[in-house]
Amino acid sequence: MTIDSIPSLAGLTLAFLFAAGCGDSGSGDEDAGTGTDTDAAATPLTVDEVTPVATAYADLVYATYDDALSRAEALDVAVQAFVDAPDAETHEAAKAAWLEARSPYGQSEGFRFYDGPIDDADGPEGQLNAWPMDESYVDGVEGMPDSGIINDPDVDITADMLASLNEEGGEENVATGYHAIEFLLWGQDLSEDGPGARTFEDYVDGGPASHPDRRGLYLRTVSGLLLTDLQAVRDEWADESGAYRAEFLALSPDALIQKVMRGIGTLTAAELSEERMNVAYDTKLQEDEHSCFSDNTHNDILYNFLSIANVVRGRYGSVQGPGLITLVHARDPALAQAIEDHLVETEALIMAIPAPFDQAIEGDDADPGRMAVAAAIESLRDLGDLFVQAASLMDLTLNTSLE
Amino acid sequence: MGLRPSCLLLLLLLLVAACQAGDEPASLAPHPGEELAGGETTVFDDTRLAFALALRNLDREQRGDHFVGNSFFNQNWVQAPSSTEGRDGLGPLFNARSCSGCHFRDGRGRPPLTDDEPMLSMLVRLSVPGEAPDGGPRPEPAYGDQLQPDAILDVPGEGRAVVRYEEVPGAYDDGEPYALRRPTYAFEDLAFGPMQPDTMISPRVAPVVIGLGLLEQIPEAALLDRADPDDADGDGISGRPNFPTDPLTGQPGLGRFGWKANQVGLVQQNTGAFLGDMGLTSALHPAQNCTDLQPECAAAFDPGQPEVSDHVVQRLTFYSRTLAVPARRDVDDPVVLAGRELFHEAGCADCHVPSYVTGPGDPEVPQLEGEQIWPYTDLLLHDMGEGLADGRPDYDADGREWKTPPLWGVGLVPVVNDHDLLLHDGRARGLAEAILWHGGEGEAAKEAFRTMARDDREALLTFLESL
Repeated sequence: MTIDSIPSLAGLTLAFLFAAGCGDSGSGDEDAGTGTDTDAAATPLTVDEVTPVATAYADLVYATYDDALSRAEALDVAVQAFVDAPDAETHEAAKAAWLEARSPYGQSEGFRFYDGPIDDADGPEGQLNAWPMDESYVDGVEGMPDSGIINDPDVDITADMLASLNEEGGEENVATGYHAIEFLLWGQDLSEDGPGARTFEDYVDGGPASHPDRRGLYLRTVSGLLLTDLQAVRDEWADESGAYRAEFLALSPDALIQKVMRGIGTLTAAELSEERMNVAYDTKLQEDEHSCFSDNTHNDILYNFLSIANVVRGRYGSVQGPGLITLVHARDPALAQAIEDHLVETEALIMAIPAPFDQAIEGDDADPGRMAVAAAIESLRDLGDLFVQAASLMDLTLNTSLE
Repeated sequence: MGLRPSCLLLLLLLLVAACQAGDEPASLAPHPGEELAGGETTVFDDTRLAFALALRNLDREQRGDHFVGNSFFNQNWVQAPSSTEGRDGLGPLFNARSCSGCHFRDGRGRPPLTDDEPMLSMLVRLSVPGEAPDGGPRPEPAYGDQLQPDAILDVPGEGRAVVRYEEVPGAYDDGEPYALRRPTYAFEDLAFGPMQPDTMISPRVAPVVIGLGLLEQIPEAALLDRADPDDADGDGISGRPNFPTDPLTGQPGLGRFGWKANQVGLVQQNTGAFLGDMGLTSALHPAQNCTDLQPECAAAFDPGQPEVSDHVVQRLTFYSRTLAVPARRDVDDPVVLAGRELFHEAGCADCHVPSYVTGPGDPEVPQLEGEQIWPYTDLLLHDMGEGLADGRPDYDADGREWKTPPLWGVGLVPVVNDHDLLLHDGRARGLAEAILWHGGEGEAAKEAFRTMARDDREALLTFLESL
């Protein structure tokens, strides 16, 4: 390389990264091979081809958040009913509603990582889905039964107060969001082979835990906050003036697809395969999983994967494309087919992980659970490499990392 | 092995020769490879992710390990006990809940922007006259060696530090005025009463954490060769190594990390920060740092297994060792090239030494060895004058000395961290003010800058922005 070529290096990054990412890696690359010539000249994106993809993407994002909000509203109804009349039945109904609510939200996580409404400077992502949960900051835990805000009557439990905690220390205390609700419904997961076993009596006067009223108020409050945040994000994708959607659709083709690809690329190659799966696989820490109270992590993984697949195919609910894959297909049909085939294969490998996830990661590397997790991780890494390759064909740089 | 020092010497000679060749404007050209600040490990990204990427040439398994470390760097630690037992043990006293709380996006911290804003990504070191048993600073009896404003429930935080600024006017030689802001620090809400009257304080912002594995593998001889403790060559620049006690060996070792080079290596730096900044114990630092005058702190700590396992320490250290340096931009821009020559002519490069070739180190990351890198530092201590002095010794560093900080990546701090506040305490509002604060051994270089024509000053700054 000559010095004169340096100014154009940024544009070549992709080729570099891809060569580095693929060339040295171990097993799995063979599967990802497509026969595609990675040195093929990139074809820049045009407005004509990007516009229908961008519109379908915006529709898909809106529909996903709209479902997330609807399910969160159903969860809120169940939570209010539970706190109004705590018994085993209302408790189970609230837990079931929480599990239902996770599906659309998990499928929205491919819309993160590019300064969109969910996680721009004042986006609510941290307040909605931060992890790990600061359990003893919120409520009593094993060995510290009187710990937490719930057991401190001097603290007024209001939505504003809980939202302000998320600012404290510049880093969230993780006292709100899906996992706070999960903790308040299931309690700590102290068992080897099942989820948390909180009893509904924690919400009943004279029950085993002190301050049942404050616990109920806390649960109602975080549930309400979830609705506020989801609605705000959904509305930014509405076809209305002043919403982010208009700003998004007005982006240059490069900038727009860059965001779309950074979202799913980061979820694939960093957040899901590494942060959420490989970290647990590597450390074998039983509760190093996102839905550790409810043991729902296997579903979280599937929903996140579907978020990626939905964007590639451009499909969610009534939204029927065109998806990102059409832009790849126009440049390299073989690569587009390889991506589609790989989505099918990866989904099967994720479905093959035995639940619960926290059991699957334990044991020897040759144990079926660990082998299944490892295979799914490798498949996601291959998929990430294919996305890098696809981006390069569009003359885009796709670096993936977690901030 | 025996050949390496002489190879390095040859390289340095070549570099010097290259710089001198720059006297002829017609010959200005980028040095081969100088855009690749981290050699073959360099990444290409000038977005907010610029400091957050792994070495470009990591293999897939290494990348996996890097991300494990990344997780423990980014995610909050929580109060124990919790279900996520691999991530609990925060406090009792702490400055931040995660590494990224201060090193946001693996970048640079800053002082508070208003009186009300808590001190989030910087801290204040404390000590009293004398030495600790290991030769390091002697902690303040009630507050220890660092003010920790935050604490877990039922434990009082130590108090808060407040910074205020006084504008100090100055002027370039051509008459153009500037103003610097001189900080003063005060403590409020001190939980254990006033500090000992002769307490010395040293405010420090979180530095950018890129390229640390490469810095760790600069051959010791290459750094010590440049040391000139008594200024024997009479150039006004001494350059002293710090030899803090290495907690791994109990013996003095060459300090490379920290604003005063008070840490020998990354394991030591990271476990030190786990304890000091987050209250997390490890095998290397098994005891909590509550002082004798902090009973609530001591009572809240459950001594047992180290809170950070050896495995997590290893992964976190791997992560810190494999964060890449981004490529320079615009290296062949004529203004950048002119600025580079001015940087050398002004003497900046006497301490901000441009380039080294890395030596052997971590066998798990062979990519770090044998690379020509461009960090712009000598990792040595220099007297920076009264204006920057903190008056607080730190092992061999005296109260006027600071380590030359690496300059690679400095042009991307505004992109990554949304601010351009520089120097150890973030007092400088941008590169020009950072230069103008230089005194002591940096006085001559500062004066060279102050007396340059405006176009030349701008060219020099443009060069720095390309790093």
